Amino acid sequence: MPKIKMPVKSPHIDMTPMVDLFSLLLTFFMLTTSFRPPEAALIDTPFSVSEKQAPDRDLITVSISKDNKIFFMMDNGPDSTTHYRSDLLKQMGQRYNIPFSAKELDKFSKLNSFGMPVNFMRTWLHAEDSKEKEKMQVGIPTDSTDNQLAMWVRFARLVNPRADVAIKGDGNADYKTVKKVMDIMQENKVNKFNLVTSLQKEEAKLENK
Amino acid sequence: MGEIIEGEKHEKGAKRRPKKHSTNIDMTPMVDLMCLLITFFMLTTAFSKPKVMEITMPEKNADTANQKKPEIAADRTVNILITGNDEVYYYIGLANPNKPPMPVLYKTNYSADGMRKFLLEKNQNVFKQVTELKDKVLKGTLVMADSVLNRKIKEIKKADKKSPIVLIKADEKAKYRNIVDIIDEMAICNIAQYAVVDIAPIELDMIKNAPK
Repeated sequence: MPKIKMPVKSPHIDMTPMVDLFSLLLTFFMLTTSFRPPEAALIDTPFSVSEKQAPDRDLITVSISKDNKIFFMMDNGPDSTTHYRSDLLKQMGQRYNIPFSAKELDKFSKLNSFGMPVNFMRTWLHAEDSKEKEKMQVGIPTDSTDNQLAMWVRFARLVNPRADVAIKGDGNADYKTVKKVMDIMQENKVNKFNLVTSLQKEEAKLENK
Repeated sequence: MGEIIEGEKHEKGAKRRPKKHSTNIDMTPMVDLMCLLITFFMLTTAFSKPKVMEITMPEKNADTANQKKPEIAADRTVNILITGNDEVYYYIGLANPNKPPMPVLYKTNYSADGMRKFLLEKNQNVFKQVTELKDKVLKGTLVMADSVLNRKIKEIKKADKKSPIVLIKADEKAKYRNIVDIIDEMAICNIAQYAVVDIAPIELDMIKNAPK
């Protein structure tokens, strides 16, 4: 039998439209992703069945690490025209007689959560070494004589009245600390909390009798 | 592929023609890299959002302290006492040292056979109605928007006058995880009314004297 010779076609595929689409998608994702600045402490949140997503704007987050340190975080507001963080620090500075410079305020607005007494804030802002920075995170004081967390919450609510409060506690944190945070919030007329959890599905079935 | 069609140049005098080069570029590595980056960015955007559980605490101020407390039927009240070492107790009714007999304290745990079994049994009426409604929506026999469904569930919860009212109380040894677990059980069991409240001294005594 004579062999049938297939015409040899070059297996070239025109990839131009694919590349076009990919670049478009890539640009989109790159622009929409916002990388979070590193958090002050690693927090292992407990599990729940809740599927509600945390709001990504107008949120005051109080984190409680597993060694019961308290951290505070607030976002900058809906767009680049609002500077809630620097406003907040300015007010705190006025309250505690610490004049923060414009540069320090700007630096603060780019950071994430923090947890130290306000008089260490300046050294923290100027510290370059990340290990040194970590050492300074001793938690925000909540004693009745020097309740700085209450001040942070109060000024944060003044700066952004729409802000919701989220509590991000480590599963192994003491309830005592969480309760203290909640009490401070309630003193500032915050009665609705968002407890940050990780999703884990659970099924409940009623036994038939 | 990226080919550039070169316009032919006609110049008088010089009849030199530039050699036609096919400008094929191998785009495969580029496409590979892009695939990788897109996957990376897609995954990071999707997973970065944390989930939250909402809880509203009873208001605390001078006005509400003086207000008359709402009357709650004692047999509807379930008190959950949370303490250290992942131990959890519950009792039904009110614990008042001036009014014996004291309610019986039961010990339970956080597993599906512990707290959840008891709560489901207590709340079976509401739970059945809510699951039936959710099933219908899931199967498509009943079509409604999420907001309507949520409102209907709320109505069911409100209409039932026998479902338990759960008071969650934790002492100083309790871990935050325990509280979240119990509040989560409320969501799983569709408990209509629950609140996180302060623990009373009498209840601390009850835990201390609880059968091990």
